Amino acid sequence: MNRVVMHLTVRGLFGRRRAVLLVILPVLLLLLAALTRWASGGDPTASAGLTGGFAMGTVVPLMCLLVGTGVIGPEIDDGSIVYLLAKPLPRRTILLSKLVVALAAALVFAVLPAMASAAIAGDQGMRLTMAFGVTAALAAITYTTIFVALSVVTRNAVIVGLLYALVWETLLGGYVPGVRDVSVRQWALAPAEQLLGTRAAEWGVTSVVSVTVGLALLAATTVAAAVLAVRRLQTLRLTTGD
Amino acid sequence: MSTLVLERVSRWYGNVVAVNDVTMTIGPGITGLLGPNGAGKSTLISMMGGFLEPSAGSATLDGIPVWRNPSIYRTIGLVPEAEAMYDMVTGWQFVVANARLHRLPDAEGAARMALETVEMMDAKDRDIGTYSKGMKQRVKMATALVHNPAVLLLDEPFNGMDPRQRLHLMDLLRRLAGQGRTVLFSSHILEEVEEIADTIEVLVAGRHAASGDYRGIRRLMTERPHQYTISSSDDRRLAAAIIADGAADSVDLSAGTLAVQAADFGRFVHALPRLARDTGVRLLEVSPADESLESVFAYLVAR
Repeated sequence: MNRVVMHLTVRGLFGRRRAVLLVILPVLLLLLAALTRWASGGDPTASAGLTGGFAMGTVVPLMCLLVGTGVIGPEIDDGSIVYLLAKPLPRRTILLSKLVVALAAALVFAVLPAMASAAIAGDQGMRLTMAFGVTAALAAITYTTIFVALSVVTRNAVIVGLLYALVWETLLGGYVPGVRDVSVRQWALAPAEQLLGTRAAEWGVTSVVSVTVGLALLAATTVAAAVLAVRRLQTLRLTTGD
Repeated sequence: MSTLVLERVSRWYGNVVAVNDVTMTIGPGITGLLGPNGAGKSTLISMMGGFLEPSAGSATLDGIPVWRNPSIYRTIGLVPEAEAMYDMVTGWQFVVANARLHRLPDAEGAARMALETVEMMDAKDRDIGTYSKGMKQRVKMATALVHNPAVLLLDEPFNGMDPRQRLHLMDLLRRLAGQGRTVLFSSHILEEVEEIADTIEVLVAGRHAASGDYRGIRRLMTERPHQYTISSSDDRRLAAAIIADGAADSVDLSAGTLAVQAADFGRFVHALPRLARDTGVRLLEVSPADESLESVFAYLVAR
């Protein structure tokens, strides 16, 4: 890790106009959670529906997309990354420093809102909140790493990531059986199902994969994405049109 | 003292060859990389700076390959052409950050010295986003100089500078070269390169077209065959006189006007008015057929 890279990354992430977007979705989620509590009287099933559906399916992937592409994409786009790359610093260190900033931001803007959503909309002894905390944290780590890698691989990371998040994870991942097996959301829901035990089925928190498979696939995907990102940054082609 | 060596370097993108079999040695002093837009200058500088892998050949700094070797940046300072920097920090913070990335023991002292060198201490506490183009260029210079590199690579550093800033930068580059550094900059303007470069490397359409000091390059450019089209009161008679005098290599009347090709530019322009007066021919129009820098470059390639 390099503190200077992290510091510049934080300034970049919050110094641009898109930082406003980081607040909008979480606020919307919390409003919906309050509305759900008011309508259902704090019923954990309704709460799990909102958090498992909207929070996990839309808010978490989109927030991870925002921070994941935000920590490195703009610098590659405008070429200012050259000031980091032209330093006697392993590119691995540069990428991992940026990834750590992205993960910290995802924790604040995706994981905590998801937990708050469960807590506000209705819970029994914080069990749902904790279960979704674990799920959201696991999903956020994998999503964010995927989106950081995507930003290094392609200049259209935001569009590709948006299609992936909305079409694959939100739309298909929610309904199409085959796709659900290869969905980060489903993998991350497995530990939550385990944690809730007998209440899981009652509250509708279920995953199509077992905990072991889910965790293994999450870890493998995260590591693969991180390795890909480092490799691509090491050979990143930097030319201005000439 | 450090030396950059390109050994038969080529770079292609798919079917497009951007740099074609270039061999050159860049040593201490100022080297100007001259060529028209699209000649492959930036591609070449990217390969020298370790930002692009040569498709063939090798780029080395003091014998060590530069590709995938971040340790070269202890020796190299790079001034990129792109204007983008970290707009949301101040010039001071940015240069200090660059010094820290180099792990300099006294980052703030180094930043102060670099900013003093480019005369940016007065505006150092403003956000980079508020700087003018010339100020940004100077902060870019400061980030490249902060670790006191032996080699300085500058991609089109004079682009968008006003004459005063241009003089200031030329002066600075001369001082840096005077300290024994290797300074390489690219430009598409002959006069710019001629003014400060000790050595000129000409790149045209990806190929190394010429190399030498400015006198040699200037001679190459003026001694090439010059072409003129002339219209006069009696083209046929004037053509006969020009050929008889030996002032030009060939005359051509077939296109309806008189086209002349002269190898010795100086001799022809002095002979033409004399011949016209002696033969009683009135010159109506004399115009050089192709004096653009591109055509000069094209000649160098075809040579």
